[in-house]
Amino acid sequence: MNLSDGQLVELLRKMVTIRLFEEKIIDLYARGLIPGLAHLYVGEEAIATGVCANLLKNDYITSTHRGHGHVIAKGAHLKYMMAELFGKKTGYCKGKGGSMHIADVNIGILGANGIAGGGIPIAVGAGLSSKMRKTDQVTVCFFGDGSSNNGTFHEGLNFASVHRLPVVFICENNGYGISVSQKQHQAIQDISIRAVSYNMPGMTIDGNDVLAVYETSCKAIQRARAGEGPTLVECKTYRWRGHHEGDPNQGKRYRTMEEVKEWMEKCPIRRFEEKLVSEKVLTKMKAKKIWEEIEKEIEEAVAFANESSFPSPQDMYEDVYA
Amino acid sequence: MHEKETPMREITYAQAINEALAWNLEKDERVFLMGEDIGKYGGIFQVTVGLLDRFGPDRVIDTPISESAFVGAAVGAAMTGMRPVVEIMFIDFTTCAMDMIVNQMAKIHYMFGGRGKVPMVLRINIGSGRGAAAQHSQSFHAFFLHIPGLIVVTPSCPYDAKGLMNTAILNENPVIFVEHKKLYATKGHAPEEYYTLPFGKADIKRAGKDVTIVATHEMVNRSLRVAEEFARDGVDIEIVDLQTLCPLDKESILESVKKTGRLIVADEGHVTCGVAAEIAAMIAEEAVEHLHAPVIRVGSPNTPVPFSPALEKIFIPDEDDVREAINRMKQYM
Repeated sequence: MNLSDGQLVELLRKMVTIRLFEEKIIDLYARGLIPGLAHLYVGEEAIATGVCANLLKNDYITSTHRGHGHVIAKGAHLKYMMAELFGKKTGYCKGKGGSMHIADVNIGILGANGIAGGGIPIAVGAGLSSKMRKTDQVTVCFFGDGSSNNGTFHEGLNFASVHRLPVVFICENNGYGISVSQKQHQAIQDISIRAVSYNMPGMTIDGNDVLAVYETSCKAIQRARAGEGPTLVECKTYRWRGHHEGDPNQGKRYRTMEEVKEWMEKCPIRRFEEKLVSEKVLTKMKAKKIWEEIEKEIEEAVAFANESSFPSPQDMYEDVYA
Repeated sequence: MHEKETPMREITYAQAINEALAWNLEKDERVFLMGEDIGKYGGIFQVTVGLLDRFGPDRVIDTPISESAFVGAAVGAAMTGMRPVVEIMFIDFTTCAMDMIVNQMAKIHYMFGGRGKVPMVLRINIGSGRGAAAQHSQSFHAFFLHIPGLIVVTPSCPYDAKGLMNTAILNENPVIFVEHKKLYATKGHAPEEYYTLPFGKADIKRAGKDVTIVATHEMVNRSLRVAEEFARDGVDIEIVDLQTLCPLDKESILESVKKTGRLIVADEGHVTCGVAAEIAAMIAEEAVEHLHAPVIRVGSPNTPVPFSPALEKIFIPDEDDVREAINRMKQYM
C-alpha cells in the first residue's frame, strides 16, 4: 500500500476530527444544549475514515443513526453539522432532520438514517442508478451488526449481487444491537460469512486498524468501480459510549465496564498515532498540534451553531413537497 | 386536444397506462420500470406487456420477490438522478415495503431540509371482486393520505389514467399511483398523442343540481350508471371524480356541495378513517351550513375481504349501495 506521509497524517486528522466532534457532543448534550437523540461513533472512527479515504467526491454513501463519523469522513462541514444538531436553520437539513438525518446529496451523502437497515436498499438503488447512467461511481453502505438481521440486509445484498452493482457493504460490528449482544442476536460470529449466500466476496477485518480498513475497502471499492460487483466487509469494533447519549452509565445495564475498558485499550486513534510517531511520519509535537487545531475548528462550529437562528414557524410547512 | 381527434379511439385502462409508460421510456432515459413479473410475464394485470421487448431488460427490470429491496432501490435511484416507475403487484404487498415507503420515500425531501428529492412513481392496485380473498383484494389507499410527502392519484378511466401517469412521471415527488383492478379491462376514449392532466383538479364527470357524489375509481362509473336511472325520476346528480386524493381539490367539492346541499362520498376503501371520512370531516368543518341532509359514506364494510363469492358480492360497494344512499338522500329533498 502506497500511502504518502501526507495521506497517513490525513487519516489521523480525520479520526481525531470525528473523536473530538463526538466528545464535544457528549459535553453539549450533558449540558442540555443539544435536543433529541445523539448516537455517538467514539471508538469506531477508523472504519468511516479508512473507507471514505478511498472515495471520490461524487461517490455515494448511505449512513446510519450513528452517522456523524461517516458524514465527516465523506466531507461534511462541521459547522453545518453542528448547527443541525442544535436544530438551527443553518444546519444541513435546515433544522428539520437532526443528528439522524444529516445529508448532502451534492457530496454524495444520501443521508444518515433513523431506521436500522433503512439505508441498505437505498444504497443498492444508488448503485443501480450509477450503473444505468454508466458512471463509475461507487456507493458505500454503512450499517451495523444489528441491521444484518433485518430483511433489508438480505434483500439488499441479494439484489445488488443479482445485478452486480457497484456497492460496498460495510458492516460495523460493534457487538451490540442497542443493548442486545451479538451472541444473543445471531448464531454466527462473523457476519461476513453471509456474503456466501449472495455469491459475493466477504471478509472480516479489525475495524480498529485504520490501515487494514483502508486497504480492504480499497480493493472492494476498486472491484465495484471496475463493474465486478458488490463486496461485504465486516469491521469488528466497539462503541465506547452507550447506545445513545442518555443510555445510563454507558450501557452498564447490559455490558461490563471491564469489557468497555478492554476495548478502550484498543483505541484506533492512539494506536495509529503511536505507529506514525514511531515510524517518524510525524513528531509528538505535530500530533499534539493536530488535536489542538481540530479542537479550535470544533469550537468555531459550536459558535456558528450558537449564533445561528432557529427556524421560523413557517419553515415547518416548507419542503414537504419538492 | 382530444376533441379534435377523429374517429374516437378506444383503449383499455391497462393499455392507457402502458402507452404512458412507453412514451416516457422512449423520451426520457432516466425513466425505468421495476417490479415483480413485469417483464416476460407483462405484469400481473398485463399493464407492462411488450415493454421488455421494446426497451430491454436494463430498463424493464424483473425483480426478486423482495419489495423492500426494489422499492428502496427506486428511492436510491430517484435520489441520484433517475425516474423509476415501480409496480407493486397488489396494494396488499406494500406492507412488505412500508418502511421504504413511509419512513424513506415520503420523508427524505423534508428530513433533508429540501436537499435531495425522490421523483418516483409507485404503481399499486386496489379493488376486490376476483375471489382473491383478504390479502390480494384490499383497498387501503387512504392509508397513504396519512403520510405527508406522498401524492396519491386515483384514475377512474383510460383517458384519466394516461394523462395522470404522464403527469406523475414528470412530478418531482413520490407519487402513489393507485390503479383499480376491475378497471384494467374496461375501455374508453384516450387519444394516441401525449397529454397530461393536472394534479389537484377534480373532474366533474356529470353535472347536476340535487345531490353531489364525490367518487373515486370504479365508484365513479358505478355512480354514473345509477345517476342515469335517477335522472329519469327527476333527481339530478353531480359526480365529482377527485382524480388525485392528495393534492385534494377542496374547491371543486365545496363548490358542488354548496350548489346541491347534499353529499354522498363513494370510495372502495373501508369506511372507517377512509377517503369518505376525510371528505365528510372537511365538509363538516367548512360547509356544514350548506347541507340539507346528513353526509352519507359509501364504501367497504369494516371486515377483511371475504373469499366466498356469496360474501364478496355483499362486501363490494356497488350500484345497489349507491342507489340506497341516494334513496336515503331523497328523504331530505
